[in-house]
Amino acid sequence: MALTLNEVTKSFGGTEAVRGLSLSIPEGEMFGMLGANGAGKTTTFRMIIGLLDPNSGSIEWNNQPLTYKESGKVGYLPEERGLYPKLKVADQLIYLGKLRGMKKKDIVPKMRYWLERFQAEAYEQQKVEELSKGNQQKIQLIAAILHEPELLILDEPFSGLDPLNVEILKKAVVELKENGTTIIFSSHRMEHVEEMCEHLCILHKGEPVVGGHIREIKQNFGRKYLVIEAEFDCSFIKTMDGVLAVEERANGLRLEIRDEETAEHIFEALQGCGRVRRFSLEDPSLNDIFIAKVGASYA
Amino acid sequence: MREFLTVMGHTYMTKLKSKAFITTTLITLAFILVFMNMDRIISLFDGGDTAPETTEVLVLGDEEAAQIFEDRAGENALFAVTRAESEADEEALEAEVQAGEADGLLHLEVHEETSLQAEWRGEGSLSLPQQEQLQQILSDVQLRFGAESAGLDVSEVEALTAPVALETVELGDSGSDEGVSEVEQGQAMFLVYILLFVIYFSVIFLGNMVSMEVATEKSSRVMEILISSVSPEKQMFGKIAGVALLGLTKFALIFLLGGGSLLTSRSGEEEAVGVMDPAQLLNQDEGVSLLLIAYAFLFFMLGFLLYATLSAMLGSVISRIEDVGQANGPINMVIIMAFFIAMFGLNAPDSTIVTITSFIPFFTPMIMFLRVGMTDVPWWEVSLSIALMALTIMFFAWLGARVYRGGVLMYGKSSALKDIKRAIRLR
Repeated sequence: MALTLNEVTKSFGGTEAVRGLSLSIPEGEMFGMLGANGAGKTTTFRMIIGLLDPNSGSIEWNNQPLTYKESGKVGYLPEERGLYPKLKVADQLIYLGKLRGMKKKDIVPKMRYWLERFQAEAYEQQKVEELSKGNQQKIQLIAAILHEPELLILDEPFSGLDPLNVEILKKAVVELKENGTTIIFSSHRMEHVEEMCEHLCILHKGEPVVGGHIREIKQNFGRKYLVIEAEFDCSFIKTMDGVLAVEERANGLRLEIRDEETAEHIFEALQGCGRVRRFSLEDPSLNDIFIAKVGASYA
Repeated sequence: MREFLTVMGHTYMTKLKSKAFITTTLITLAFILVFMNMDRIISLFDGGDTAPETTEVLVLGDEEAAQIFEDRAGENALFAVTRAESEADEEALEAEVQAGEADGLLHLEVHEETSLQAEWRGEGSLSLPQQEQLQQILSDVQLRFGAESAGLDVSEVEALTAPVALETVELGDSGSDEGVSEVEQGQAMFLVYILLFVIYFSVIFLGNMVSMEVATEKSSRVMEILISSVSPEKQMFGKIAGVALLGLTKFALIFLLGGGSLLTSRSGEEEAVGVMDPAQLLNQDEGVSLLLIAYAFLFFMLGFLLYATLSAMLGSVISRIEDVGQANGPINMVIIMAFFIAMFGLNAPDSTIVTITSFIPFFTPMIMFLRVGMTDVPWWEVSLSIALMALTIMFFAWLGARVYRGGVLMYGKSSALKDIKRAIRLR
């Protein structure tokens, strides 16, 4: 295991931000960290990179605590985006690269490569404040990956980007992972985590409520979902036995059902009623799991 | 160490290239250039003609007195004297003055054989220097007139009224030969005054620059990347060192320019006219001046380190640039207080309050410097105050680094003291 967190607890004043968090992330994996706002994700990240010390528990990277000596091995994209507004993109990246222990002559070609990759080469000599938010975010991601870190922490990397840019950035992140970088990232967008991560953890009020391999999590969740789109009124299904919850959608229904047998009953009941455009049995999405585990306390 | 140098270099270079720094430096340099060459500029406006206009005087009244006046005034280029006929009509003479043929009418009368009385009638009043000149000549006339009537020789009178040369010698601890003459003390005072100003302004200016830098990085949220790369301590001290280097660059420019124009003005005309001629002041005793400048430099560095550490600490707990002024308020107050005590001390460098405050680290940079410049301070007192300052700086550097660490992660409404406590606990 490359990164291990063991029973980590951190409190500020009287409130506990993170309580008893244990994680282990294998090298070269992409790990998803989910949680509502204020769940403790950012605090966890800050502890991993050593900005904050945990009150108890330990955090180790390759069996060693991370200190500023290893700052060159870590890349970090904070949730609160920020660069020097008055500094040119190139000067900015050179400075941040130097702080991570790089030499200027090594920084420049890498910087050009990434700028081109992110279709931002035109901004090299522009001041950051003149760039759009999306482009600033690209620059900041470059700052986090420029020094080829072994451990990359991305706090909400894709928020505020248009779908095209999300794709460009996602591809780059996946490529980094394939080249051996261990990546932890947090997101509110469940589909990103679902698509990219093998392991994940859902934090709720500082405590891990779900954790592990994504496939196992889904299997263990136990619930099944049925999506029906029909050209007739099929509201009678809602009251059928085995239907646990109903979500009305614009052109159909999404049902939570007890088991696959229920699905068979519903299928039979629909016979002869008219045309059914869609009838699909689905695994729970991460969204379902998140809402079930975290949303319960908001209900 | 590498990261420290990187932070220092970055702070220094970005500030050096900033418009604000270039502008203020150019203004300062222009000011110094003007100040150093004031005499040349004045003579430029006078068109090189230093002789002021002569005043034409018509003299009438007592014959003998008028004769002496003419003789004495003749030595002075300011007045061109014409003697009126003894029986001339006063009204006609006044008309002449009004017609512009002369600037004024001087009526001399002698009372009781020796006492001279004069009356000036003219178009418009006399200028102050003209009046003074006239007064002087008339006193001279009176003296000679009186001497003659008393049967004394002019040289005898001059011997009687010669001014006494008063020489004051200060008795130092090390012996009378080390004494400081009044003139030298005046020069020291002027130099101390200027250097106090330099210390005062640069400590305030550079200290605020430090907190501004920190607050800017915090409010633009680049801080989190920075402190995830390099430890907050290195950040803080790198930044302080960068700003110090910037200040020194400015001083170096000022000294180069100042020294340069000093040299050129010295090689030019030997005779300087101005009362506050800086060349003369610095010329007098270069050994003392250089030592004093070295002390100024030392105390400036100490003061800067102390106040910059405090500023960085305060800058790290506020989250918006707008709050910088407010957070720096108390610091600026203390510096201003030190400055006022120093200004008072210029006239009373031996007073108890000056002696006491010179050992309080927040005041030491200005007030101990004042004492060093104005009086003979035992070496152990200077060393003690420097040691006290060094300890205080170390304490605030330690505290500042702790606050900085937590402070840079805190955002929200600020109330400095509470935030400092919170910042220390945050780690």
